Amino acid sequence: MILLSFLFIPILTALLLLFIKNNQLAQRTAIVFSLLTLFVALGMLCTTVVDFNAAWLPNLNSRFVLHADGLSKILILLTAISFPAILIATANNEFKQRNIFLSLLLFTQAGLMGVFLAGDALLFYFFWELALIPVYFLCSIWGGEKRIAITFKFFIYTFLGSLFMLVGILFLNAHTADHSFLIRSFMSANLSAGQQITAFALFFIAFAIKMPLFPLHTWQPDAYEQSPTAVTMVLSAVMVKMGLYGVIRWLAPLFPVAFMAHTHVVVILSIIGILYASFIAIRQDDIKRLIAYSSIAHIGLMNAALFTHTSIATQGALVQLFSHGINVLGLWIVADIIEQQTGTRSMQQMGGLAKKQPVLAILLVGFALANIALPLTNSFVGEFLMFTGLFQFSPWMAAFAGVSVVLAAIYTLNMVQKVAYGAVSEKINTMQSPNKGAQAVLIILLMIVLVTGIFPQPLFTLTADTLQQLFVK
Amino acid sequence: MNAIIVSTLLGVIMMFCSWGIKNVQAQKNIALVGLLILIVANLAHANGWYVFEYDTKGMLKFSSFGLYANTLLFSLTFIYVWLNGDEISKLSKTPADFYSLFFFILCGISILTSFDNLLMLFIGIEILSIPLYILTGADKKNMVSNEAALKYFLMGSFSTGILLLGITLIYGATGSFHLSDPEIDKLNGMAHEQLLLSAGLILLFAAMNFKVSAAPFHFWTPDVYDGAPTVFTSFMATIAKAAGIIAFINVFSSQYKALAFSWSLLLTFVIIATLLVGNIIAVFQRSVKRMLAYSSIAQAGFMLFALYGKSEIAKEGILLYAVVYSLATMGIFAVLIKMKENSFEAFNGLSKSHPLLAFVTTIFLFSLAGIPLTGGFFAKYYMLSALLKAGAGLWLVMVAVVFAAISIYYYFKIIQAMYFTTGDTAIGEVPKQYTNKLLVIAILLLVLGVFPNLLLNYLYF
Repeated sequence: MILLSFLFIPILTALLLLFIKNNQLAQRTAIVFSLLTLFVALGMLCTTVVDFNAAWLPNLNSRFVLHADGLSKILILLTAISFPAILIATANNEFKQRNIFLSLLLFTQAGLMGVFLAGDALLFYFFWELALIPVYFLCSIWGGEKRIAITFKFFIYTFLGSLFMLVGILFLNAHTADHSFLIRSFMSANLSAGQQITAFALFFIAFAIKMPLFPLHTWQPDAYEQSPTAVTMVLSAVMVKMGLYGVIRWLAPLFPVAFMAHTHVVVILSIIGILYASFIAIRQDDIKRLIAYSSIAHIGLMNAALFTHTSIATQGALVQLFSHGINVLGLWIVADIIEQQTGTRSMQQMGGLAKKQPVLAILLVGFALANIALPLTNSFVGEFLMFTGLFQFSPWMAAFAGVSVVLAAIYTLNMVQKVAYGAVSEKINTMQSPNKGAQAVLIILLMIVLVTGIFPQPLFTLTADTLQQLFVK
Repeated sequence: MNAIIVSTLLGVIMMFCSWGIKNVQAQKNIALVGLLILIVANLAHANGWYVFEYDTKGMLKFSSFGLYANTLLFSLTFIYVWLNGDEISKLSKTPADFYSLFFFILCGISILTSFDNLLMLFIGIEILSIPLYILTGADKKNMVSNEAALKYFLMGSFSTGILLLGITLIYGATGSFHLSDPEIDKLNGMAHEQLLLSAGLILLFAAMNFKVSAAPFHFWTPDVYDGAPTVFTSFMATIAKAAGIIAFINVFSSQYKALAFSWSLLLTFVIIATLLVGNIIAVFQRSVKRMLAYSSIAQAGFMLFALYGKSEIAKEGILLYAVVYSLATMGIFAVLIKMKENSFEAFNGLSKSHPLLAFVTTIFLFSLAGIPLTGGFFAKYYMLSALLKAGAGLWLVMVAVVFAAISIYYYFKIIQAMYFTTGDTAIGEVPKQYTNKLLVIAILLLVLGVFPNLLLNYLYF
């Protein structure tokens, strides 16, 4: 039942919000109920593996199965933390029709939760789409100037990908003994190597677009830039994890032969993506685009780590799924506060934040250091493990991927330098102190960064069962 | 048998209504009651209560599939009249004439779902088509409507001629009009007769393609759909088309196994051509009505996938597809009727001026595009699943999926206009009740999108 509440709290709140016309009240309702989801999520961490199983479509042999192991739990936790954080931090932003905005945002949350919980392929597909459709409306209605065309590109890209996944699901369904959609029967289906490769390709296209993996990433920077910041946060902190989740949950266990056959190709593509995104990030002047490209690089590294198929790199990626979400959320919130107050995203026009707003500058530096994986921050744990695994896989790959650490330091520190230091610019001079809520959220996020950086063991314990399933047969 | 007799009787009764009863509203209500009686009569037959029973010498064969298809198509007609009754009344002083034509069409439909003889197929198709020619030209003072009716009539009779020629050749080869005739097996080694049979089957296939507007026999569709009054386009594109496809399946899916291989090659060509023509041309349309005409071609392409499968899932799938597609298309056309013009720009800013109407339109479009949580998803799902189960190549499924993604482009153009573009909506007066009716249809689509078995379970009772 506890798993059902992750779907029902957001969905019911979203429906309720449709009728709350008062902006203030709508915002508060959304925050309160998303905090409730967070508490339920924290409560779930204390339980062991939980399942929910009910009949759904008897004709098709599809069941409503929810299942939470370590992988699901860590992503549920990330989702549950992100939404209240985003809602509180952007509470003062101006929106038309705020209640609809919040409602769509919470539908997205329900979709994401469902994706991370579904134990039945058809159900998984349903939630995969449920997470996408509200985002289409959010970006197209509340986004920037070029929003309609860019969001449409994003939508068609991901929708085509997910249709291929649907074909893959149908294909697997036809090859299972009991014609069901349960992940367990998929695992026990006896597929030949050729069939595995077909199904692998169909699933992987969907996941690669979502991540996004080079060369399918072209929708991403534009979509991040044009979306309203609250949605960008959802996209980059949580939604891109859907692709990585798919790799761990579906690709690796279901198609072991095909997976092993493609490790090199995918790792090389990921590394090209990492370097490509890092170089572009260096050239960016727009702070949102910089964070977007930095995010592509980080996701690419996680994907490369997963495809090394070593237990140590996978462990790193599992922790990094969570850490990256927290870090990028922190960076977006700081960037959003600056943008909201100064009306610019160009780093040329910023400068002197440390003199004018020292607290905000300290927080920015904190998240920036986490972004370049400095020891004592959470990313260090994950990246260190991932690089170790990559090195075991192939020292050359590790060397090329390792360049990205240097590049990350270049663009991130460059950003800090331009934004926080130097002479106080005209725009920064007008800044007020950010509201208390946003500040509190940033401080809490930074605390999570430090605590999980110094003491990451709880995250390892949480994901131990997933790792065991993948590597101990 | 009940449905065939009762629908004919009701058609005649409606004809006299137009002479005896002058109140337009009363005529509509009589039609609705008539439809209910028809549904009940058909259900009675399905449950073994034969009011009318004749020995048809095996010309008709009533299966549970055919009878359930009847029930669904009659119910859709009921929803159609319930939704569009007032619009139909605007077209003539005596709308009972139109209702009478609907009943004759339903008579044709009930023959088409149960025939077991090629002559009955021919009769059914004629009974279905002739009222449609009249409905196309219903807007008597409008030249476009007249032109469309003439075009439809000429093309339609031409294709009927081809159908008849095909039937004749098949009769010449086998000496029988029956579909499931063992005579066909005896033709092995008789080259001349086999040639006749193949030629006959190809002509039959072409004529059926014409009736369901599959490429390359689709050319009449956009002009006729565009020219006909929008309410009747809505009927033609949904219920009449679904009946045509069910008849098509009856002819080809279970019979003539001897031609299996070359037959599936031909079918593959037709389906891909239909999907290609429908989807690609729809992308370039400026008028929503023409876009919907091409989209209906594309959707017919998807429905034809049911011809591959002989499995239960194909049968379930085609029924679900017919219902879901008809509901969504009727909904869209019902919104379009209220628009002052047919362009995409007419929908600009609809979400501001009529939020509920914009919402239901979105559900209809989602359903047509096959997005999960709407019935359209499961309709497409069943078709693809039937295709895979029938052993067709994975590549064909991929082709279908790519076309489904292309269809997003033109369906979402309306959503973009409604939600993301500001401007003046070119919409007439929409009564609240009308929007509520559309909301009911949208809710039906959503329910079918989560629990499609609500509809399909009855197939087995």
